[in-house]
Amino acid sequence: MMRGSFMRTVRLGVRSLLLHKLRSALTTLGVLFGVSSVIAMLAIGEGASEEAQEAIRRLGSQNVILRSVKPPEDQASEQTTRVLTYGLTYEDFERVEQTFPGVERAIPMRELPDEVRFGSRSLHPRIIATVPEYQAATGRVVHEGRFLEEIDDRDVANVCVLGYEVARHLLPFQSSIGESVRIGSDYFTVVGTLLPRVRFESDRADPGEGITGEVFIPLKTGRRWFGDTILRVRSGSRDMVEVQLHEIVAEVDLTENVPFVAAACRTMLEREHTQRDYEVIVPLELLLRAQETKRIFNIVLGSIAGISLLVGGIGIMNVMLATVTERTREIGIRRALGAKRRHIVTQFLVETVVLSVGGGLLGILLGLVIPAGVERWADMRTIVTPTAPLLAFGISAGVGVVFGLYPAWRAATMDPVEALRHE
Amino acid sequence: MSGRDSAEPVAELEEVSRVYHLGENVVTALDRFSFRFEQGEYWAVMGSSGSGKSTLLNILGCIDRPSSGSYRVRGEESAAMDDDALSDLRSREIGFVFQSYNLIPQLDVLENIMVPLFYQDEPPADGPLRARHLAERVGLAERLDHRPPELSGGQQQRVAIARALINDPALILADEATGNLDSATAVEILDLFDELHAEGKTILLVTHEPAVGERAESVLRLTDGHIAEVVHGREVGA
Ligand SMILES: Nc1ncnc2c1ncn2[C@@H]1O[C@H](COP(=O)(O)OP(=O)(O)OP(=O)(O)O)[C@@H](O)[C@H]1O
Ligand SMILES: [Mg+2]
Repeated sequence: MMRGSFMRTVRLGVRSLLLHKLRSALTTLGVLFGVSSVIAMLAIGEGASEEAQEAIRRLGSQNVILRSVKPPEDQASEQTTRVLTYGLTYEDFERVEQTFPGVERAIPMRELPDEVRFGSRSLHPRIIATVPEYQAATGRVVHEGRFLEEIDDRDVANVCVLGYEVARHLLPFQSSIGESVRIGSDYFTVVGTLLPRVRFESDRADPGEGITGEVFIPLKTGRRWFGDTILRVRSGSRDMVEVQLHEIVAEVDLTENVPFVAAACRTMLEREHTQRDYEVIVPLELLLRAQETKRIFNIVLGSIAGISLLVGGIGIMNVMLATVTERTREIGIRRALGAKRRHIVTQFLVETVVLSVGGGLLGILLGLVIPAGVERWADMRTIVTPTAPLLAFGISAGVGVVFGLYPAWRAATMDPVEALRHE
Repeated sequence: MSGRDSAEPVAELEEVSRVYHLGENVVTALDRFSFRFEQGEYWAVMGSSGSGKSTLLNILGCIDRPSSGSYRVRGEESAAMDDDALSDLRSREIGFVFQSYNLIPQLDVLENIMVPLFYQDEPPADGPLRARHLAERVGLAERLDHRPPELSGGQQQRVAIARALINDPALILADEATGNLDSATAVEILDLFDELHAEGKTILLVTHEPAVGERAESVLRLTDGHIAEVVHGREVGA
């Protein structure tokens, strides 16, 4: 059929549908809600998954992270009177760094719970005793001055680098470089400050206990001044904890080697530690798991979408069958006046597709509005990929064709004489 | 007038039968029916109810097929045609006028008149112009954008006649075309048929009413699917 006559068929189809406005509007609802919920759910799912994957990627997908974990209480209770000793050791660190093939470098880290003071102001930030490589491994960016350097560790220097929030709270309206701040009972010279980190949704889940910001000191300096034993005074009871290292980040040379290094770390820790006082976090594994979760989510979503569009399609088919019966006479007339079967098929197929595509377009509109609303009111990230509306449009057109074929075929194969006699 | 070869019959039936099988019963609506309709003739087809008038008209109009026998429209054998070819034949050579007008309600007058052209393989470029002329011709020039429900029965039937003329058909087939109209309106419609006949159109008009039958040039009377009587060549309007 020529383009002009096809456009006329579409126009006439629309006009026939407008004869029954309410019925046509109700018929499109199935596809409308099917399409809009698919787009909205895809957008929300995509947003959530992207956020999770970003948080994991921030841990470094080529890293294997070992962390000290306080062993379960029942084991610890046997040692009530003694100092509670657990966690990663300097030996663990050396083994990881020196003996594991594939480990490019390992970064040890300790966290010291203490107060940081400048003048009358004080804070309880995370005090992190670590090595210079920590900066590169975690993507911290220097704002003023410099990060920790090799020489600080060698000299066991009393220097520190302040995180953005700490610098701002402790030394507002002034450069903090060269100032001395008190950490615990010692004075440290500020050699640098950092830029704030981009905040992510998952940061809120960090066990921060209201601590704002971070302060970095050289690992050896930390060990000298604070030892391996940390005294915590908590609501009257004294709590002695001995932890050598809180975290070791092993940077692996190639992504393919990450699983081997992870396995080696687990084996080593199992052998060396008598209790489960550590955990091994493999961001790559988490990433793969997140991707798998997303895949399952998509399959579930796809099934729901399929079902809702099926229901929408059946609704359309039902109405079109009724329409065909109702317009039997018209079909007979058109056939008597020379319409071929394919003309009748086209006419009813076009009407069905106009219905489903109309519903699909409105559904896309609604499907774009819902994620925008969710983003705004529920404070969740949503991502509408450009393929989702296109896919929805294609599917709704497909639904029209598939569910329109049978009614159209019914119309086209009617006997003209019988059809003309129909009341 | 249409310049076609008038030596050839417009429609020629040879031994045409139309048989309906209803369970064990066999109804023979047309029984080895043979006849020729020549260019420019105006026939009234009469007969009692169930005598096969509509069946004959449906076969002549190619919306029904003979169970056996041969039917040719302007020399084209219809028995050999598939559904598409028959549809094409209808869109070119047949003009239907029905008892209940049978206009398409969602289309306006002008569009209704043009429907047969939509279905031609090569629609003429001057379709809208022709439709306008025909609407004028049947006295509906002022109502081109009206829809059928807004028209009286007589007006609707005029639209239907205009529609039957748009493709300049070989045969105009009217089944009880005046059956739903009051006598005054019926006369107007019959006057229109007279005009068409005077122009040389070939017309078959099925009717029950002797008064209507008398307006035609010739009368073909059926009984039980057979020809009972043929009355030829009366004076038009006598
Ligand atoms: N679809 C059908 N199935 C079975 N029998 C049919 C069918 N159509 C027509 N007939 C039979 O064929 C015969 C002729 O019918 P037809 O409609 O041609 O009569 P008619 O002369 O037009 O009658 P009327 O004046 O009442 O319109 C009748 O006996 C009728 O019962
Ligand atoms: Mg009849």
